[in-house]
Amino acid sequence: MTRGFLINLVLFAMLPVTALVALMLDEPFIITLTTKVAILALAGVGLNIALGLGGLVSLGHAAFFGIGGYAMGILAHHAQTFTPILESPLLIEGSKSMPVIWLVAVLTGALAALAIGALSLRTSGVYFIMITLAFGQMLYYFAISWPAYGGEDGLSIYVRNGFPGLNTLDPIQFFAITFVVLALVLWGAGRFAASPFGLALSAARQNPERVETVGLSPYRLRLLAFVISGAVTALAGALFADLNRFVSPTMLSWHMSGEIMIFVILGGVGRLFGPVAGAALFILLEHILGGLSDFWHVYLGLLLLLVVLFARGGMIGALAGRQVAHD
Amino acid sequence: MTTILLIEQVLNGLQFGVMLFLMAAGLTLIFGVMGLINLAHGSLYMIGAFAAAAVAGATGSFVLALIASLVAAAAAGAIVELVVIRRLYDRDHLDQVLATFALILIFSEGTRWLFGSFPLFLDIPPALSGPVTLPGGIEYPLYRLVIIGVGLLIALGLFQLIARTRIGIRIRAGESDREMIAALGVDISKLYTLVFALGAGLAGLAGALVGAIQSVQVGMGEPVLILAFVVIVIGGIGSIRGALVGALLVGLTDTLGGVLLPGVFATFMEPAAATAVGSSLASMSIYILMAAVLLFKPTGLYGSA
Repeated sequence: MTRGFLINLVLFAMLPVTALVALMLDEPFIITLTTKVAILALAGVGLNIALGLGGLVSLGHAAFFGIGGYAMGILAHHAQTFTPILESPLLIEGSKSMPVIWLVAVLTGALAALAIGALSLRTSGVYFIMITLAFGQMLYYFAISWPAYGGEDGLSIYVRNGFPGLNTLDPIQFFAITFVVLALVLWGAGRFAASPFGLALSAARQNPERVETVGLSPYRLRLLAFVISGAVTALAGALFADLNRFVSPTMLSWHMSGEIMIFVILGGVGRLFGPVAGAALFILLEHILGGLSDFWHVYLGLLLLLVVLFARGGMIGALAGRQVAHD
Repeated sequence: MTTILLIEQVLNGLQFGVMLFLMAAGLTLIFGVMGLINLAHGSLYMIGAFAAAAVAGATGSFVLALIASLVAAAAAGAIVELVVIRRLYDRDHLDQVLATFALILIFSEGTRWLFGSFPLFLDIPPALSGPVTLPGGIEYPLYRLVIIGVGLLIALGLFQLIARTRIGIRIRAGESDREMIAALGVDISKLYTLVFALGAGLAGLAGALVGAIQSVQVGMGEPVLILAFVVIVIGGIGSIRGALVGALLVGLTDTLGGVLLPGVFATFMEPAAATAVGSSLASMSIYILMAAVLLFKPTGLYGSA
């Protein structure tokens, strides 16, 4: 455990250290990149709850990421145009406050995950993969064809949303917010994995028959895990949209689902800090390879192929060795 | 809504459905025989279309272009099977998803590298272009009719291949018991390469046939791939008959939904709002169809439990 724990600690400390060094060197772009890593890692942590713990290979998590993004986009859009979202039967106003937006994002993400999960979890294996993919795509086409919120062009927000007591326009302060959110969620996800519920969920992945025999319903365990996973990913989506001050159907596209999955895999499936390592590696590659060639996705694809075929534990697995694998 | 327009749209839906079948048949065969989920199937569709556009541009012959699409996609499929896919058969679905997703990245960006980002165009041959008058005075593009015919012929050929030939028997035997047919002396890895190449060839041909109606561009395979997944979920994995029924259902629902739904909503809403709601719902209609099938038959219409 110790070596894995050390690696996690170093990985986690890397984010604020990078941001602080960038602050001292006066490189706001690097701070923004680090913020991006933290947010994408958060999305990966969300997916990892379903994928790593629950064994649910969801190829539709961009749906929740995008729902979080649109929760931010729609609330902020109404707040900046001073139009209410709904007038009757009750008045709902837009909002430029991050905590409010997060709450809405988490709730809508959880609701969407409940609906999609309730249907998709009736099946398993390869059906589940295709169905989550299809539902994600359904929301993507819906966002494109629904003209009220920008359709294909998406929604722009002029000023980043506020957080009480902080100036979110300052890159380092916004980074601090996302980092604290990531830390809290990681802590929660760690507790969750060790809780009776998390253990039951893990057991349902390894041997559903036995779980059923002791009187637990694998379906309900998985559904709840899927809902939590969707809610966390939606929170990441709201932060991502705030980072870019822009939300568009791209956030809902299935390439996004694939990328979130790549963060989890590059880092190591089922490892708590895997998505942090994966997201950091992804952004690093994007900037190193992206600078070398416009076609850097070819190299990303080759790397992913090699990791899947030959290095199944991902980055943390390679560093920590097999003895600390999750199960 | 006139009857003529409606019939035209039904034909459009059929044409779309038949093309979806060519994609879905390969996917469902590959899944049924090898137990592999292949996200890169859309890339093979794209490879077929690009090969056809390149050959048609060089020689001007549409027939050669079609042959090129079939050969290029089948060859690409065979190579990919030998190099990568072969290692994935006894892996879990997650590894298969990731590895084939990686293949998509490689194929898409590789094609962009070779051909650039601009769409290519594949012309419909003069003999097949222009409208034809159907009984009842309906004008309909001849090429789309030919596509429907070709697609149905291929479907028929595929059914015959699976049901009547020795290769078909082996494919079906491979679906039910791979150890047994290996023990009976069938070279199972050759059979797998063959099935994969067959599925790839069908996808490539579909890409070339559709490429002449739309444009040939990078990423063209992915929307079709996802629709083919919907088709398979509706029809049931591993069932070719299910793929045909599912493909026609999806093709018709998608096409007719886009035409009819805005009109339906216009009967009780303002025109502008009706168009918005109607077209949004139409874009979701096939997924709603899929959800409905899942509620009643989680294994699809023709799937076995």
